[in-house]
Amino acid sequence: MLELFNHPAAPEAIIAIAALVLLPVGAFVGNARAALISFLGILVLVAAAIVAGSNQLGVLFNGAFVHDDFAAFAKVAIFLASAVAIYLGHGWLARRDDEKFEFPVLIMLAALGMSMMVSAGDLISLYIGVELQSLALYVLAAFRRDEAKASEAGLKYFVLGALSSGILLYGVSLIYGFTGSLQFADISAAVAGGAGTGAVFGLVFLICGLAFKVSAAPFHMWTPDVYEGAPTPMVAFFAAAPKLAAMVLFARAMDAGFLGAQAQWSQVLMVIAAISFVVGAVGGLVQKNIKRLLAYSSIANIGYAILGIAAGTQMGLQAMLVFMVLYMVDVTAFFAVIMALQRNGQEMDTIESLRGLKREKPGKAIVLTILSLSVLGMPPFSGFWAKYYVFKAAIGAGLWPIAVAGLVASVVAAFYYLRIIKVMWFDEPVSPAGPSRAGPSWVAMAGAAFSFPLVLVALYWLDPLARHAAAAFGLQ
Amino acid sequence: MPYVLSIVTFMPLVGALLIVLLRGPGKDQAGRDANAKWIALGTTVATLAVSLVMLAGYDASDPGYQFVERFDWFAGAQYHMGVDGVSILFVVLNAFLMPLCIAASWTSIKERIPEYMIAFLVLETLVNGVFTSLDLFLFYIFFEGGLVPMFLIIGIWGGKDRVYAAYKFFLYTLLGSVLMLAAMLYMANTAGTTSIPELSKFAFDSNTQILLWLAFFASFAVKMPMWPVHTWLPDAHVQAPTAGSVILAGILLKLGGYGFIRFNLPMFPHASEVLAPLVFGLSVVAIIYTSLVAFRQTDIKKLIAYSSVAHMGFVTMGIFAGNDLGVQGAVFQMISHGLISGALFLCVGVVYDRMHTREIAFYGGLAERMPWYAATFMLFTMANVGLPGTSGFIGEITTMAGTYQVSTWTVFLAATGVILSAVYALTLYRKVIFGTITNPALKTIEDMDWREVAIFAPLIAGTLWLGVYPAAVLNITEASVHAVVSTYQAAIGG
Repeated sequence: MLELFNHPAAPEAIIAIAALVLLPVGAFVGNARAALISFLGILVLVAAAIVAGSNQLGVLFNGAFVHDDFAAFAKVAIFLASAVAIYLGHGWLARRDDEKFEFPVLIMLAALGMSMMVSAGDLISLYIGVELQSLALYVLAAFRRDEAKASEAGLKYFVLGALSSGILLYGVSLIYGFTGSLQFADISAAVAGGAGTGAVFGLVFLICGLAFKVSAAPFHMWTPDVYEGAPTPMVAFFAAAPKLAAMVLFARAMDAGFLGAQAQWSQVLMVIAAISFVVGAVGGLVQKNIKRLLAYSSIANIGYAILGIAAGTQMGLQAMLVFMVLYMVDVTAFFAVIMALQRNGQEMDTIESLRGLKREKPGKAIVLTILSLSVLGMPPFSGFWAKYYVFKAAIGAGLWPIAVAGLVASVVAAFYYLRIIKVMWFDEPVSPAGPSRAGPSWVAMAGAAFSFPLVLVALYWLDPLARHAAAAFGLQ
Repeated sequence: MPYVLSIVTFMPLVGALLIVLLRGPGKDQAGRDANAKWIALGTTVATLAVSLVMLAGYDASDPGYQFVERFDWFAGAQYHMGVDGVSILFVVLNAFLMPLCIAASWTSIKERIPEYMIAFLVLETLVNGVFTSLDLFLFYIFFEGGLVPMFLIIGIWGGKDRVYAAYKFFLYTLLGSVLMLAAMLYMANTAGTTSIPELSKFAFDSNTQILLWLAFFASFAVKMPMWPVHTWLPDAHVQAPTAGSVILAGILLKLGGYGFIRFNLPMFPHASEVLAPLVFGLSVVAIIYTSLVAFRQTDIKKLIAYSSVAHMGFVTMGIFAGNDLGVQGAVFQMISHGLISGALFLCVGVVYDRMHTREIAFYGGLAERMPWYAATFMLFTMANVGLPGTSGFIGEITTMAGTYQVSTWTVFLAATGVILSAVYALTLYRKVIFGTITNPALKTIEDMDWREVAIFAPLIAGTLWLGVYPAAVLNITEASVHAVVSTYQAAIGG
């Protein structure tokens, strides 16, 4: 029996079965007992994370499903982030008397999709993973269906997401046509043997589709609108685990499938990275809504992560993994603070509404200050170490001009993070803040404590683990 | 004392934690405030004591790093600390100025006192860390981290345009720093080590040196600040509270000069030689131009801020002269300027606390009501001008003598700065102190009280002592500076 848990696809099986069981169970017990479903969902995801971190590595289904160190690392992070998302989202919905048992199930299905993405060994499982995750996310974005903004966000996300899936599929068909295979291993061999311009053409479409999923510029247009409109806990989820999953998939597609065309895709990725951090930095300057601001911040940060892949080295992949994990913690905690706070019964989702927070809620203000400084890239907070890894890898691969550009863009972005600190510390409150919520507060505090000083301890483990994971492709 | 450097560095941080944990005897705000003040004062004095113990244990004849602590950290970085003759005095200077800053803020800061004290203590930790770290990234963490407390000090307790000044300070400095970070990452990748002593021995090829030198220069020139990237300084100074200005001028500006001596000169000797004329040019412009600008100021603090830029011009000039005399002079000038400019900002603070304005035109005839103040201000004005017998003279004459061996013209032009500094400083003194009191508001102004006298006494003693016995500093710096200079000279084949 226990050997079943050692199977390479055990975590996926656990989540798939649990989701399918919990769905009818939820339908029977109804929304009133949604808390139970959420609790079980969290348990399942944590269990899946433990299994994913310890089960046997292997390749299944004729190479369509790859469970290697790289995937295992990502899966543990994804499942844990999804568990936190259920915790945050459940509390948020409960406070609005809008508990639905579908919520944890959808998160689990999204987690399953993401898990498939990071394990994709051919273009079909890549597409299935992406679609399973995306469909769950579309529904989550529109989860508050009575709210016009949430419905708009869901629709926008769906239409643009469908478009990007179309582009992705078109790329897949071109690649298949020119290389004669869907498997990364065969494609890699064909590309190395000179598959020609057609395959590269397909590759570019594939990159466009994936860039949309990670919200890299110039495919980022949906991000601010979806972040603003979708319910905050859903956005907290979107901004963390799916980004990591898509980045890992991105890395795998490039390094396992198109290593021979590295000279080509490396250039494309560099351009995408550069546009992303410039758009993210400049676009954020004029934002008034914190969720929109974080959307631009995520665009910029994805740019940095892509730089790690563009480096095309093992160090670059390690940097990307460390970067994404540290970023996930920061961004989840950031949204948790927003969820914990309220003024006049409203979430404090505009920068103005944070005015004078240091006087009213010193604890939250300090947490938010730490997180802002961390995302800004201030040492010694975790955001600095994230950037440290990425830029070190980029410079090590000889990409120093673009690394310098990225660093300069981070100074521009510093302006908007400083504005958050400024309104909290320098300004006077306008109206009294309401009591803050305990649940998200704890998540936020844990995130801030991780950001500093726990990160210094965590990196002791994270550094070798990520290096080990990044070694999966045998890059230099 | 084992781990003396870690103690000196992190002791203020412990004080800051104590302030957080011990909220105060009573629950009332006054009790908390008093508690925070006394803890801050106690911690800074204790740090000063430890730093003096360290100074006493320092062997000035050994040019290498002493009190070294080295542990492996993660990601290739190390926790590596040590001081040599160049850095040890800055640690002491920082520890020396901090209690004065706390004391100077005793009554003038009325809001959010615990936070204020915490900000200063954190700042002290970070600044000490910059001077004691011997690892690139440890250095960067401390160097960059210092921006945050200073941002808050200016932004929360500053003047009318504090927000603008705080942003400007932060973003200007950050832009310089990230270029330095890129260079550091490159160096770590190329040389395979992040240890500063080992990097000083690593020979980067000539073209790379130029780029790396420029990247470090971008960071330190902003910090220094050098013309034309000095414009954040007057704003920051004018808006910062008195103690903030003291720390800014007394210590934070020195990070730039220290960086030049620690990084640019020994690690990129070729680039330093090639680009020295650039530095000389900028230094001369800084000395002459900012002296002229200072002369036209109507705000006392702004005038002193510009004068700081001019005096830092001597430091950069001396460092890139690349000889013993020049670099020794530069270190001396930085220490001396730390005392003098700190004292001058405290002088401004004395009248600002009473009248809440820094307009020169508001004052006049203060000698009548404030004889002790007039005498103190006189002493530091003269020291600022570089009168023999004060430390200001030694710093200027040594840097000029060192540079003279390399570039006569630079010194010729820089020397005019000495005259110009006399012009603006004495004009300021005449307008504020001499004459008769015409402004009715000044009729009742009080002279310095015992607290203020106690703050100025050590600064006066230091300025005069170093003026008549400069060897107190030069003996300590000599061996280490000579080591830096001889590697530089050997590398450029001079």
